[in-house]
Amino acid sequence: MVEQRTVRPDHEAIARRVHQGARVLDVGCGDGALLDLLKSTRGVDARGLELSSETVGIALARGLSVIQGDADSDLELFPDDSFEVAILSQAVQQMRRPARVLGELARIAPEVIVSFRNYGLWSRRLTLIRQGRMPAPGLAHEEGVLLPVTALDMIELASRLGLACVAMAPVRGSAVGEFRNKGLKRLNWGADEVILHLKRI
Amino acid sequence: MPDNAPPQTSALRVLTLPEPLKLDCGETLDHVEIAYESWGEPNADRSNVILICHALTGDQFAASKNPVTGRPAWWPRLIGPGLAIDTSRYYVIATNVLGGCMGTTGPASKAPDGQPYGTRFPVITIGDMVRAQRAFIAALGIDSLFSVIGGSMGGMQALEWAAQAPEQVFTSVPIATSARHSAQNIAFYEVGRQAIMADPDWCEGNYLADGKRPSRGLAIARMAAHITYVSESALKRKFDRGLQDREKTSFSFDADFQVESYLRYQGHSFVDRFDANSYLYVTRAMDYFDLSSRSDGRLADVFRDTPVRFCVFSFSSDWHYPPEANREITRALIAAGAEVSYLDIQSDKGHDAFLLEEPIYEKALAGFLSASAELRGI
Repeated sequence: MVEQRTVRPDHEAIARRVHQGARVLDVGCGDGALLDLLKSTRGVDARGLELSSETVGIALARGLSVIQGDADSDLELFPDDSFEVAILSQAVQQMRRPARVLGELARIAPEVIVSFRNYGLWSRRLTLIRQGRMPAPGLAHEEGVLLPVTALDMIELASRLGLACVAMAPVRGSAVGEFRNKGLKRLNWGADEVILHLKRI
Repeated sequence: MPDNAPPQTSALRVLTLPEPLKLDCGETLDHVEIAYESWGEPNADRSNVILICHALTGDQFAASKNPVTGRPAWWPRLIGPGLAIDTSRYYVIATNVLGGCMGTTGPASKAPDGQPYGTRFPVITIGDMVRAQRAFIAALGIDSLFSVIGGSMGGMQALEWAAQAPEQVFTSVPIATSARHSAQNIAFYEVGRQAIMADPDWCEGNYLADGKRPSRGLAIARMAAHITYVSESALKRKFDRGLQDREKTSFSFDADFQVESYLRYQGHSFVDRFDANSYLYVTRAMDYFDLSSRSDGRLADVFRDTPVRFCVFSFSSDWHYPPEANREITRALIAAGAEVSYLDIQSDKGHDAFLLEEPIYEKALAGFLSASAELRGI
């Protein structure tokens, strides 16, 4: 058996937005920690897509259905509406074609939950203005530079793809704020990370 | 040198199929015998049965020693109590394929006229092998399988089972395989077949009646095929340009290099345990394998809305059935809406890695089977 790990608060918050028994696809699912949580607490039919052989091996060992594949090229294979909820947790900023990936998710599932580092955070804005440097992790990040995206950017992209934001929550360290459906500008200014719950219009 | 007698097969468990077997070529085989081996126990409703399908030169002795050849089990790392294919939880059966030479009816078997079939044996397909297995499990009183698992040609059977009888298979685990033989696959096996048929001792396929065996041809066939089972990096790691029991090259055609000596050994040790005509027939069955041809080249349509859960494995350095061939299967299954898992294991051991120690693969397979068993209530 896989040992008990501490549940990440952002995972817990995402799990609260997923209805019981849903068919869920987690894109960039890593070792399957979120899928495992969704399976045990929400009884979902959990599937994952992940690029890294090493983490797919771990996810399979814990009994999850995971495909080793590339979101940038494999999502187009999934039939329309083959899932009820698609999740992109801390993964969209590593995609080569994030707009296309989000568009595919909107086709595959009527609900999309996306979480990412918010570059609209005031201190990140100041770093660029005052020091003329990109905020961390920047070039030092092991996956390379993360795509700098703000909550506003993401919501604008989503709406172009036919997705409306029905709820959003800020994440800072281990604290996840309440999900709300207003206060985007404040969120964009104050949230370190953001979770957006998007639904097809 | 091998003796000229066919393998002694009295130590084998054999079941005769009650009905004649209809083949893809249009012919029918009567009194088909299926040699098999099993481990573990069936549960009350027989819902815990796993069928293991062997590769080209494998046999039914996946988890125990072959009493005929004395060779050890070929999947001891995967099958056994507490292992991924847990014999304390599952009832595990392996059969020798139709056309094989370890007790199942094949070209070395006696035809109704009392003489060995030889090349009178009908050309068979992977589909025929699976139909024989289906008739076999039915004869054992088993309605459906919890899983069909196989590597290489065994993986083709795992796919064929899911395509032929989706309602009879709960999970399918194709490993290091392909849904269609590539031109390169066909080419390598054609070299092998030509080597066998060029051996004067092949006697137009009638060598058993003539008391001969085309051992030289069969050994060359094995040598050619074996190269495709190992990776360039594994050959380099094991042998590089190392010399065999000598300080310098001999300016002759002796086995100067270790890799030559190794290949010759692979060839010679093979002819003692394998029938040359079986090699022709079974490689032909693989060449004919193309699942997508049943749906106008669209593999996804073969599996459209299948209830079978799949777990596909490949090995990064496999150039016999490379990761891309397995990814193609996975992509088709995604498009078909199937529940599929896929893992490409990082390994430098080439195609043969599916038989060797790869802890990630073992744990992943164990996780897949265990989660599937919970769903099935085993």
